[in-house]
Amino acid sequence: MDFQTLVFFFLSAILVFAALRVITARNPVHAALHLILAFFTCGGIWALLQAEFLAIAIILVYVGAVMVLFLFVVMMLDVNIDRIRQGFWSYLPLGAVLGLLMVLEMGLVLGSRHLQKPAAAAAVAPGVSNTKEIGALMFTDFVYPFELASIVLLVGMVAAIVLTYRGPKKTKNTNPNQQVFVKAKDRVRVLQMPVEKD
Amino acid sequence: MFDHFVVPDLLPAAPEIFLVVMALAILLIDLFVKDSRRTLTFSLSVLTLLGCAVIQVWTRIGGVAYMELDGDIYPIIRYFANAEGVVYTFSRMFVDDLMSDVLKLFLYATVIIVLFYSRAYVIDRNEMNKGEYYVLTLFATLGMMVMISANHFATVYIGIELLSLSLYAMVAMNRTSLAASEAAMKYFVLGALASGLLLYGMSMIYGATGTLEITAIAARLQDANGNLLAFGLVFLIAGLAFKLGVVPFHMWIPDVYHGAPTSVTLLIGSAPKLAAFAVAMRLLVGGLFDMAGDWQAMLVIMAVLSMAIGNLAALVQTNIKRMLAYSAISHMGFMLLGIVTGVVNGNPANALEAYSSAMFYVVSYVLMSLGTFGMILLMARAGFEADTLDDFKGLNQRSPWFAAIMMMLMFSMAGIPFFVGFFAKLAVLQVVIAAGYIWLAIVAVLFSLIGAFYYLRVVKLMYFDAPQDETPIVASADMRLLISANGVAVAAFGLFPGTITVLCLFSLAHSF
Repeated sequence: MDFQTLVFFFLSAILVFAALRVITARNPVHAALHLILAFFTCGGIWALLQAEFLAIAIILVYVGAVMVLFLFVVMMLDVNIDRIRQGFWSYLPLGAVLGLLMVLEMGLVLGSRHLQKPAAAAAVAPGVSNTKEIGALMFTDFVYPFELASIVLLVGMVAAIVLTYRGPKKTKNTNPNQQVFVKAKDRVRVLQMPVEKD
Repeated sequence: MFDHFVVPDLLPAAPEIFLVVMALAILLIDLFVKDSRRTLTFSLSVLTLLGCAVIQVWTRIGGVAYMELDGDIYPIIRYFANAEGVVYTFSRMFVDDLMSDVLKLFLYATVIIVLFYSRAYVIDRNEMNKGEYYVLTLFATLGMMVMISANHFATVYIGIELLSLSLYAMVAMNRTSLAASEAAMKYFVLGALASGLLLYGMSMIYGATGTLEITAIAARLQDANGNLLAFGLVFLIAGLAFKLGVVPFHMWIPDVYHGAPTSVTLLIGSAPKLAAFAVAMRLLVGGLFDMAGDWQAMLVIMAVLSMAIGNLAALVQTNIKRMLAYSAISHMGFMLLGIVTGVVNGNPANALEAYSSAMFYVVSYVLMSLGTFGMILLMARAGFEADTLDDFKGLNQRSPWFAAIMMMLMFSMAGIPFFVGFFAKLAVLQVVIAAGYIWLAIVAVLFSLIGAFYYLRVVKLMYFDAPQDETPIVASADMRLLISANGVAVAAFGLFPGTITVLCLFSLAHSF
């Protein structure tokens, strides 16, 4: 077993573990942290496959943006600031362990060239850029699903707005026209109430 | 890098492009609509779909040909594109053949009818009376068109997502209703799970064949790793079964049909069945035809279970939307019988008749389901849903004409001669018997008999019970006209089933 295969199995084991923890952890913050680990590990496996664009994209987009937003939402559901402060210290050990694991993974994947001989037959010929290939495919062969994906995103936006927007806020302006027409009986309402004994 | 790339021919996709442009325009125009009935948004949406239908026909027709069937001569539209009538574009991701043309025309008609039926219902309900309702309907239609014309796993998936996302939002649109929010949440979670299964299956088949293009998969099936393919197929079938709503992936159907606003139930219960049928044909027949033995075995089990659970569970429902949901499960199971009898012991001689009978079944089911949900919408008014069986009591005394239409629809659903539902069942049973599965035909007939009970109970309630509610049924003229036409169509196609049969046979013969 060469070094790359070893790294692959190591990353896969972490990936399966992290994915399992995402669905078994009772604490939503723990689940979200493990999901970050799973995405990061997935990026590592893609880097091993020489799909460097996908690897960087998943880390930038999912770990960097989507998951941070997730964590914010999960933590903000409890708006009590003190509890968030407490939470910070209680989550620190787990966060530190997961962070160290990611640094280790990054070292294994990026540093693998120093730890072994370069692969004689690389899957991708030298000089071919992954990013450039994906970009070219996206606007040629895959232009149809690419454009449709933009419609899917638009549907997502329309759906989010239609489900959450509740109309403009009522301003407290007065309508002079209605004020002029007001009568005494509109202002005072006489209620019949039984006498309360105390 | 671009050596192989051919600039795509946009003409076959002209209806899709027109629909997108119009949907975006309607999204903007609606912002300036002052009218609380949104007549402009509604009419533009209907016109858009009519325009799509015109473009679909106009870019295809080359003349009229004649086809002989059982000694009779039928006029048939001739295809101008090429002899086979199959056009690929967008690097073979998009396919336009006669099956897609026919299904898309049925799709446009279905969605137009859905829009007309749901108009009054939507106007009466503040939460739903928004321009986005129409825009999301159009985007859902686009998703179905993409599914029908997909020749690539990426387009299949993105079409399904476009349809599902629009439907999730539409189910949840009635925000004040707890049942609707619950239905939307269940639909969303289970739908996401099904998409995951489908993607997992697709990735395995990609791993085995090295391509995502459906026609290319068919060519490479022989040299592929059999185990990996079989695993991929299982996941693919699971994802598809969810979209079709057959047992054991049916759990979402009753809750969603019941919880969703009736106008959205009407949409979910009609048009997507056409698209799901098309995707099943593309994936299983177009792509994995050489593995027919494997997927037929799986689908037979699903078909029998669907007919059993669908019909038995429908017996005990008191809510008519829930009852129709279980009836939808049993109908989809019955339709699967047509798909599973295509190849007998490796001999595909029967295939065309079998798939054509399934297509006939789907089309006639959509027609009947439009009518029955339309009747519920007709009887509903502001603050009243008319979705329990008791609401149909004594309908004959309130409106004999609508009671007669509902009776025809129920007879057709039950498969009583001579309505279209009978001929749909007959066509499927014929191919099942021709394929030699006598036991399967007996099971299908037995469960249809059980199913007849709950359809006939609705007829009994309408004609022999006293009405609980004497409010006169108020409906606009177009609604009355369309629902009458729908009921009459169920009877008329029952008298002349040959027209749809020939259309299905001819379109499938000139596809793939």
